Order: sequence, then C-alpha cells, then structure tokens
Amino acid sequence: MPEPILEIRDLRVKYGNVEALHGVDLAVHPGEIVTILGANGAGKSTTLRAISGLLQPSAGEIRFEGRPAHTVPAHERVRLGIAQSPEGRRVFGTLTVRENLLLGAFTRKDKPGIADSLAFVYRLFPVLQQRRDQLAGTLSGGEQQMLAIGRALMARPRVLLLDEPSLGLAPLLVKAIFHAIREVNQTTGLTVLLVEQNARAALKLAHRGYVMEVGRIVLHDSAQALAADPKVQSAYLGGRK
Amino acid sequence: MEQFFQQLTNGLAVGGIYALIALGYTMVYGVMKLINFAHGDLFTWGGYLGLTLLTSFLLQDRLGVLAGVGVLALMVMGLVGLMGVLLERAAYRPLREAPRLSAVVSALGASIFLQNALMLLYGAQFQVYPDGILPQGSVDVFGLRIPVVRILVLLASLVMMAVLYLFVQKTKIGTAIRAAAIDQGAARLMGIDVNRVVSIVFLIGPALGGSAGLLVGLYYGQVNFTMGWVYGMKAFTAAILGGIGNIPGAMVGGLLLGVVEALGAAYLSIAWKDAIAFCVLILILIVRPTGLLGERVAEKV
Ligand SMILES: Nc1ncnc2c1ncn2[C@@H]1O[C@H](COP(=O)(O)OP(=O)(O)O)[C@@H](O)[C@H]1O
Ligand SMILES: [Mg+2]
Repeated sequence: MPEPILEIRDLRVKYGNVEALHGVDLAVHPGEIVTILGANGAGKSTTLRAISGLLQPSAGEIRFEGRPAHTVPAHERVRLGIAQSPEGRRVFGTLTVRENLLLGAFTRKDKPGIADSLAFVYRLFPVLQQRRDQLAGTLSGGEQQMLAIGRALMARPRVLLLDEPSLGLAPLLVKAIFHAIREVNQTTGLTVLLVEQNARAALKLAHRGYVMEVGRIVLHDSAQALAADPKVQSAYLGGRK
Repeated sequence: MEQFFQQLTNGLAVGGIYALIALGYTMVYGVMKLINFAHGDLFTWGGYLGLTLLTSFLLQDRLGVLAGVGVLALMVMGLVGLMGVLLERAAYRPLREAPRLSAVVSALGASIFLQNALMLLYGAQFQVYPDGILPQGSVDVFGLRIPVVRILVLLASLVMMAVLYLFVQKTKIGTAIRAAAIDQGAARLMGIDVNRVVSIVFLIGPALGGSAGLLVGLYYGQVNFTMGWVYGMKAFTAAILGGIGNIPGAMVGGLLLGVVEALGAAYLSIAWKDAIAFCVLILILIVRPTGLLGERVAEKV
C-alpha cells in the first residue's frame, strides 16, 4: 500500500458543547474511491466539513499528503488539493452556471489549465455547457448536483469530497452521476471520498468503505466485503431487520 | 414644466449621492448580514477630509479643476475606505461569533465615536467649502438652464456606479464578493478567503460613501458633523427601497428616492422634504419588504 493521501486520526468535532465526532480514524489512498456509509446524523457531513476546514476539530489530526492539514484555513485547503461538493449542492443560485464553475477554479491562476478543466467538465456533463449562461438556481436538482461536482472538479483537486450526491435524485440520474464519478476516477486517477446514504449504489462504485454510527467508525472493509456483510445488508441495504 | 425638469435633474443629482451611500449599506449587508450604522459617519468624514485636502493641497489650482477634483476624490476614497477597513477590524470582526445585537451596539458606538471625533477636531459649526471649486454657471440642455455643478455631480456618481457594477459583475474578485454574499460556507469551499472579501467590501463601501460626502460638500458648499445621520437614514431607505443586499437595487433606489423627494418638496411642501424618505421607508416595509429588486426577505435588524 502506498502512503495515504488523506489520513484522519482520532478526529473529534464539537458543535458548541456537543461532541458530534468521538474519535474518527480513516485513511484514503491515492486513486481510491472510498465511501462513508451511515444513517442520518451519524457524522458523515461533519467529517467532510472538518476535512475541508469549515469546522475546527477539538482533538485529533487531519493529514493531507503526509502533512498536517487541520491547522490550514479552509480557503487554503482548496489550494492544497481538497475540493468538496457539499451536501445539498449549495450552488450559487443567482450566478450563472459558468460563473459557478469558474469560482471552482478560484485558487488557480493558469488560464489555459482552467480552460482545459472547463472543457473537461463540459464533456463530463454536457448539459452544463448547454446551460452555461443560465442562472444556477433555475437548474433541476440533478443538474445542480452535476454543477456542484463540476465546480469542485474545477479546482483540479487531488482529493474530491462528495457529500450525498444522490440526495433527492431519481435513480436514472443517480446512475448517470455515479457513472461520471467512476469515469473521472478511472481516466484521471482522482481520489474520491464519497459520503452516501444510498449504500447500494455507493458500494458498487467504491473500492473500500467505512460505516459510521453516532460519531464513530464501526466497520471498515473492502466494498465487496461490506456488501456481503449481513449487518450492513440488514441496516443499510434494505434487508429486513 | 420648467420647474418639473429642474426638480427632476436636481433629484437625480441628490439621488446619485444617496445611491453612492446606499451601496455601502447594501454591500456590507450582502456579505455580513449586518447594517453598518457607522456608515453615515464615514460619509461625513468624506466631506470633512475632502475639505481639508482641498484647502491644504489646492489640487484644483495645480492640476486644473477636473483632474484636481478627480485626484482629490481618489484621496478621499482611499482614506475613508481605509477607515472602513479599520472599523471592521476594530468594531465588527471581534464580534463575528457573538450574538447579532452585540454587533449592532458596536456599530452604534462606532457611529457616536466617529461623529464626536469630527466635532472635536473641527468644532460643531458648519464647515464651508471654498467658493467656485467646480465651474459656476449653467448650461443649456434641451432649452433648460441646468447648473454645471448639478451635471458634474450626477455624472460623477453615475461613473462610479458604472465602474462598481462592472467590477462586481466582470472581475474574479467581484464574483467572489457575490458568491460570499450568497453562501459564505460554499464560498470558502471554493477557496475564497471570506475575511478578505469582508475587508474589500469594507474598503469599497466606505470609499463610495466618502466620495458622496465630498460631492455633498461640492454641491451644497458646506458640511456638518451631524449630516451623516440624515443622509445615512435616506441612503438606508434607498437601499431598502432597491432591496437590501442588491447592488443595482441600491443604485435605482437612491436615484428614485432623490427624485421622489425633490418632486415631493416642490409640489407638496418643502417642509415635508425629509419626511418623504421616512414615508417611503414605511410604505416599502408594509407593501414590499423585499424592495423593488430584492428577492430575499428582509431580516430583523
Ligand atoms: N450545525 C449543527 N449544529 C449542531 N449540531 C449539528 C449541526 N450539524 C450537525 N449536527 C449534529 O451532529 C451530528 C452529525 O450530523 P451530520 O454530520 O450532519 O450527520 P450526517 O451527515 O451523517 O447525516 C448530528 O447529531 C447532528 O444533529
Ligand atoms: Mg450529512
């Protein structure tokens, strides 16, 4: 195994006085797609927010490419190579699709490279090119999700964090979006950390997975093994309890 | 008809001044969701600094009127913009995580401080701008005799608004400002340093407000240390009228309020001039709290 590109050790995060993460450990290796599964409120989004720097850990460590990243301000973590498509998409509704995408490249100065990335995102999600001058708020849910992912890709990240990209989307759209994620991973080797409640789809896509319950990792294994695990099946894959 | 057009153009000139001040309220509100109650006093500082720089450097004599006043305006904008940045650091940033009311109290405190500092430095009496800085006389526009000063003041505010609009719409930093106003968390995920955006907004807003103070001095020939209250109130009304947080809204709201006020004073009663703005404010809050161009529901404070 190569060195992990992203490593979290004993991560604790509080909202006010309430601890939401009680010591989370996980590692993501270059080129992997790793998923975090878990019920609503388990702490998946909190983990991703801490990795992006939107939340400060009260204890523990976040290491990126071998160096501590938890002391780096949020806006500089993008420059390090960490980009996130957040839960609920959070596209800039009164900005155009193109403006949203270019904001994804805010930390970059290489004009030709940015143009390449834009072309790449348009190839991946052609509908975004068709709608490039439209306000993002007028897009459908699926298109907004594509925009949120495309916007994160515009940073040309080393690790892409995806928070519930399937949320509220029709199965066909989920399929299209997951297909796009796999394609990016396979063609560019991009490392992906995918948070999902749609465990079935996530385990099909991912190489490895972690299962989270109330602020702790309770299980981790290869995606195949997790999909075959009876506990996972009954709790997350719609098996009868 | 003559009176109507005179009042209309006068209203546009005054409205341009309101608009410049209103932009400061609206830009700060957009990003911070905070009304900078000290903004009117920064505007007043612009009028006073303009006078001091005008009489100490006499740029208009050295560089000619237009270039001289232009450089003067840039100096005033730079200084008042700097004051805005310092104000945010001192009065607002330490309270970022505190309850909303703390920031409001801090804003009111800053307002009192800035106003009284002017009184201590200059005295309580009106400060008079020297005569004839801008060309006197009037020009013929479609058969109407319009004072040159009025045209220059209106042009100056329009040019500044156009530059601001292009900056906010077309530049990378401008887009970052718009993004931070929509969703600060998402903006940070783009790699935008929101603290820097806040500083930029507290540079530009007060700079525009300061330039408005200078324009008032040039237009009316005098400034007073308390004038920030009435102008601030009216510009705030203009910002609400256009939809607080909305930049084109502040421009439209300012111009519209200036015109309504001038026409109201002419046709209703001059005594009502200042009350008109308040009536407009109350009316909007009742009829359309989001303002003319606003899409967001106005929040408390
Ligand atoms: N902004 C917040 N303030 C307070 N508590 C929060 C906040 N966001 C999440 N929490 C709490 O933290 C825990 C983990 O939430 P979250 O990370 O959003 O879970 P998940 O993404 O797995 O659904 C939950 O108990 C939730 O109620
Ligand atoms: Mg979540």
